[in-house]
Amino acid sequence: MIRHLLSGADLDADTATLVLDTAAEMATVAGREVKKLPALRGRTVVNLFYEDSTRTRISFEAAAKRLSADVINFSAKGSSVTKGESLKDTALTLQAMGADAVVVRHPASGAPHRLADWVDGSVVNAGDGTHEHPTQALLDAYTMRSRLGRLAGLHVAIVGDVLHSRVARSNVLLLSTLGAKVTLVGPPTLIPVDISPALAPGIDVSYDLDTVLPNVDVVMMLRVQRERMSDSYFPSAREYARRYGLDGPRMRRLPEHAIVMHPGPMNRGMEITPEVADSPRSTIVEQVANGVSVRMAVLYLLLGGSNR
Amino acid sequence: MTAYLIRNVSPVGGEPTDLLIRDGVVAEVGAGLSADDATVIDATGLVALPGLVDLHTHLREPGREDAETVESGSRAAALGGYTAVCAMANTSPVADTAGVVEQVWRLGREAGLVDVQPIGAVTVGLAGERLAELGAMADSAARVRIFSDDGHCVADPRLMRRALEYVKAFDGVIAQHAEEPRLTEGAQMHEGEVSTRLGLTGWPAVAEEAIIARDVLLAEHVGSRLHVCHVSTAGSVEVLRHAKARGVRVTAEVTPHHLLLTDERAESYDPVFKVNPPLRTAADVDALRAALAEGVIDVIATDHAPHAVEDKECEWAYARPGMLGLETALSIALDVLGPRWDLIAERMSRVPARIAGLTGHGLDPAPGVPANLTLVDPAARRVIEPAELASRSRNTPYARMTLTGRIVATFLRGEPTVLDGKAVK
Ligand SMILES: [Zn+2]
Repeated sequence: MIRHLLSGADLDADTATLVLDTAAEMATVAGREVKKLPALRGRTVVNLFYEDSTRTRISFEAAAKRLSADVINFSAKGSSVTKGESLKDTALTLQAMGADAVVVRHPASGAPHRLADWVDGSVVNAGDGTHEHPTQALLDAYTMRSRLGRLAGLHVAIVGDVLHSRVARSNVLLLSTLGAKVTLVGPPTLIPVDISPALAPGIDVSYDLDTVLPNVDVVMMLRVQRERMSDSYFPSAREYARRYGLDGPRMRRLPEHAIVMHPGPMNRGMEITPEVADSPRSTIVEQVANGVSVRMAVLYLLLGGSNR
Repeated sequence: MTAYLIRNVSPVGGEPTDLLIRDGVVAEVGAGLSADDATVIDATGLVALPGLVDLHTHLREPGREDAETVESGSRAAALGGYTAVCAMANTSPVADTAGVVEQVWRLGREAGLVDVQPIGAVTVGLAGERLAELGAMADSAARVRIFSDDGHCVADPRLMRRALEYVKAFDGVIAQHAEEPRLTEGAQMHEGEVSTRLGLTGWPAVAEEAIIARDVLLAEHVGSRLHVCHVSTAGSVEVLRHAKARGVRVTAEVTPHHLLLTDERAESYDPVFKVNPPLRTAADVDALRAALAEGVIDVIATDHAPHAVEDKECEWAYARPGMLGLETALSIALDVLGPRWDLIAERMSRVPARIAGLTGHGLDPAPGVPANLTLVDPAARRVIEPAELASRSRNTPYARMTLTGRIVATFLRGEPTVLDGKAVK
């Protein structure tokens, strides 16, 4: 097993499949009356959050606690010390505390990589800047596999602000590794340059959502920030919703079996309408539950379980 | 004054010979020289280059003496084989008045290790809004001839035109940091495959190329001298080629790091590789090397940019851009150009001295010429250890790399500043 999980690219097909299989076992724990395994008893997991994300933090916290680890939540947001000093100083503090794993969320791309140079424990990237969010990609893959029975050969459309999306980057890497085909859809201003082969060869790009929909098994809608409008990435929220939003009529262009995903939190009415978000095709609620199982699997495998 | 007899040294393009240095100048050149009062230096196997001249050095004084001082930067320069460096104006306070440029110039004289030639700011406070007192700086004791807002682009085209025109009165040159600021907002590295993978905001090549294209047209229109700092893209090379073919009075520099390193170094997220303009692609590196050999790019300039540890040992996005360069430039040039000593002398000494108007520098050793020269051991190999650098900062991208070529001695007006590879003071 790998030591850190910093990027979707850290996982080869076998390791990724092992994580998903382990997550499936972990999911059975959630169904029990006592939702707890002794696997990480005596181990310390630090949640180091430089950016607010209650849902991700709670998901990691629940995962660690279900494995009986000691959890320390450290919210570094708002500390006004020189940013660079604080990350290295914090790393030294974590080191002194004997943290076995550090789950880090940070507004700067690559911050978890830096941290991994400075601490002995495992580092899990819980979202860094506009770079990656690998456990989100794992839970998305897990959700697809549970709903559709497989990943190899699936056609997944990732729609929206790919340029600024760490979720999209991690998903592209992981899905390609696992044999799914990915099409990125959005206005050209929000698709990064040289996306293929930068992330993975064979990624398709389309600027036309309607032509893509009839051919996909999964459509993953990304959150679009209205602030992008003032930066002229697109002219108006209304135009965006018309061209790239998923509404009822568009959803009905999907094949019968296709599912709709969203990493949350949603802008209802912008990238997705309530009709779609609340439909039986939507996996949005399952994604949250699956997140805990996947994060349990990641922590369990990184920390070597009870065998170490 | 002491006399030095350098025995059996290879001058650029010539057979091994002896050089006698006396009273600050080269007194004699020839085989079998003798002088009873001279200190003899056996230079067998060494090459004598005219002392190197750097058009682009950040000395950080005044303002950030923790990162570098005029003295520490001068020592790093001497150890790198330089006898003159042009000190960029983005200090604190900014070198935008006669007072500040004279201060820097005086500190350079006191250190006495290289000639420190201050560069004056083009605009007050580097703000890009109104012209600094360019004439007062030109008339000062520092006799400023190069003006630059380096670190910032003079983005306003009307202001750039005026600056180019104004300095004609004293044969000045505007050295432009070519970066269209609206195209590089938030930029962290070269825009391309690697930035897409790393999720770092891209600095597109066109942001440099568009400004160079504009500026060469402005320089042509008003008949002025333009110098382009740290050219980094293949497209910029093509713009320069076109401009030179039209007879525009434009010169350009490239840094050692842009000749050697690519944007893939950012994969480590180690900010020691963060620099502005950013490291580009292998295709750009190839184009820059070819342009340098051809003369489309005129000089190698270090863009020596020391930074304190806390400004580099942090997240990529928060780190300051810049790399050390003075102590490693010759080795990188040797690596990139090969032992083409005439070309190295041209690109690192003669032409930069001419651009900066430093008449005593960039001259090959000949009787009567100021003895500004450097002796290189082309065969020596050394491992770069950041802790051993003379700079006050440690941000070298070549840490633990083995580089070829070592500066054995540097002479400034006949006095050694470096002997046996060590700074004399
Ligand atoms: Zn610059």
